[in-house]
Amino acid sequence: MGQKITIEPVTRVEGHGKVTIHLDNEGKIEQTRLHIVEFRGFERFVQGRPYWEMPVLVQRLCGICPVSHHLAAAKAMDVIVGAGTGEGLTPTGEKMRRLMHYGQMFQSHSLHFFHLASPDLLFGIDADPLKRNIIHVALQHRDLAVQGVMMRKYGQEVIKATAGKKIHGTGAIPGGINKHLTEEERDYLLHGDDYMDIDKMVSWAQDAIEFFKEYHKKNKAVIDGFAEFPSSHLSLVRKDGALDLYHGVLRAVDSEGKKILHDVDYQEYFRYIDEEVKSWSYMKFPYLKEIGKKSGWYTVGPLARMNTAEFIDTPLAQKEFELFKQYNGGKPSNKPMHSHWARLIEILHTAEKMKQLLNDPDLMEGELVTRGTKKFEGVGLIEAPRGTLFHHYKIGENDMITMANLIVSTTNNNQPMNEAVNQVAVRVMTGRKEITEGMMNAVEVAIRAYDPCLSCATHAIGQMPLEFEVYDAEANLIERKFKH
Amino acid sequence: MSQFVRFTIDGTECMSTRGQYLVDAARDNGVYIPTLCNFPGVKPKGGCRICTVRVNGKLMTACTTPVAEGMSIENEIKDINELRKSIIELLFIEGNHFCPACEKSGNCELQALAYRFRMLVPRYPYQFPVRRVDASHPRIIKEQNRCILCKRCIRAITDETGRSIFAYRRRSARVEVVVDPKLGKQLTEELAQKAMDVCPVGSIIVKEKGFHVPIGERKYDTTPIGSDIENMQITKI
Repeated sequence: MGQKITIEPVTRVEGHGKVTIHLDNEGKIEQTRLHIVEFRGFERFVQGRPYWEMPVLVQRLCGICPVSHHLAAAKAMDVIVGAGTGEGLTPTGEKMRRLMHYGQMFQSHSLHFFHLASPDLLFGIDADPLKRNIIHVALQHRDLAVQGVMMRKYGQEVIKATAGKKIHGTGAIPGGINKHLTEEERDYLLHGDDYMDIDKMVSWAQDAIEFFKEYHKKNKAVIDGFAEFPSSHLSLVRKDGALDLYHGVLRAVDSEGKKILHDVDYQEYFRYIDEEVKSWSYMKFPYLKEIGKKSGWYTVGPLARMNTAEFIDTPLAQKEFELFKQYNGGKPSNKPMHSHWARLIEILHTAEKMKQLLNDPDLMEGELVTRGTKKFEGVGLIEAPRGTLFHHYKIGENDMITMANLIVSTTNNNQPMNEAVNQVAVRVMTGRKEITEGMMNAVEVAIRAYDPCLSCATHAIGQMPLEFEVYDAEANLIERKFKH
Repeated sequence: MSQFVRFTIDGTECMSTRGQYLVDAARDNGVYIPTLCNFPGVKPKGGCRICTVRVNGKLMTACTTPVAEGMSIENEIKDINELRKSIIELLFIEGNHFCPACEKSGNCELQALAYRFRMLVPRYPYQFPVRRVDASHPRIIKEQNRCILCKRCIRAITDETGRSIFAYRRRSARVEVVVDPKLGKQLTEELAQKAMDVCPVGSIIVKEKGFHVPIGERKYDTTPIGSDIENMQITKI
């Protein structure tokens, strides 16, 4: 008799989702799906609102990385007010935004690694769920927990200094930024009291990478062998091929590293990328048009960025990047658990970038805003913590939004997450009659590697009720399990 | 007859010029009486009732009542403040006030009053009226979702001959403030900015220029509305 297993909701990710696993009569997995069960509607209800409101309005999509939406919308509005397509801002405007973005990347990645992912690494995928959480990390690995909390705080303080508030600020406005960095704010972030010290952040970022590499040495099977599958990778890169999280051209490589999207201007992203709708999920499935729906899907996020970029322009992160590349034989890594490694390299990179910027006098003086000839359409792309984020708007003659299209990072990772879930399910569940807690968590670990923000709005940490349902081939419910 | 009068506010002896309205007389004595539809330099209307005080035992609007000798005024009294708070709540439920994306946030008098009176959630059900955003004027947006019909713009924004550039349209529950179609062209850049500043909420928004004042530097970011009056240095005669 065929079966359908449902994991709902998926825990320790942002937002709500569920997984269904369809088994055939012999207990073999036929299909696995990650369903996104939330509906938002932002693209519709921003229509009829004034364009300059967008950076502040759309950031409400998310409470974890609102800065990404804030900046992507602001970049689209830069185009609309004629301030160029990412390179036309004043030095102060661009550098303040970059500082805000690096702060955001630093805090979000720290949150994911220390709070959400580290329990799996420290205690094991099969560990007691009562133990497998941030509270037990704090109890048993105090230094690591303190670092996680304080690194996140540091990033949030950077956001506050640049956007006015730690969550949902107003810093980026069409054509620039609305404030300078004050001397007091700069000194606080460079060498403030308590843990607010940029050198400490750089050093802790290095420690975190060392911690991961040690873990990797001892647990090669978990990091290298878990849910590996070939995938294409897409991200922004700087024109010279460097990792650039704020601005660049669109590049995609296939699983072997061959370029399949050749550094194109993202203002015309719609010429290269389309989205497919499937009946069982509210999340669309983007794909590269040239390759087609079936195999044109791609991965975004830290791992994709390591795979598309040729180098990193900060020395410490570059060294780690070289080790990463070397380990993977110079080819793209198609191992989802390497995302954690990539994320940590980016934490180090953003710490180094923040240090550079905090010592830059342009942040404290200079023109804040620039404008040019108005346009009626604009696209803003940014590398959000979870991957490439697309914002596309059109406005009417009276300055109101008439069209909005947002492709959020997690949407780009829709198919890869489904692939990863399937890989794990096949490995741990094939032929097993009993569904164990460890099996359920293994599926979640695969999803968690992508740090998905399923609603891009809510933040769920710790234990949410987990529901398992087993269906036979005729869709009759034959077993139900709850975990609280 | 002396040009000065003596009166008390919540038992404290005060003095002011005869004929002043209570809100102004109180302000000169360092006492804040909350207002919303009132605006300095514009004839008072007594429309919103936020400034309600008890004068010699009777509830009256402080913006329209001239001060008189020997008046006993109750202002910071629990039941009066509760009444004011309920009016603020009614204004919130009657429109569509979404502060998070409103560019007047931090400079909005309605929001500031809600904070001052510690409104957490309105006690009345939200009405969610269907209102429009009028973006047809080249200089401003008239956001009807946020309009509280205080008439400040109608009273304060006039052309050179004194004609109001803003006007009421329709009646009863459908009433709204619009730019007078015949006088719309008179709304200069300067007047448009003045209209936005006069509006106590985010209903009049100058086009293409938003969120320029960073958080922390907005009017009510650090101190509650009325603090400027309450912290004034008063020299008692």
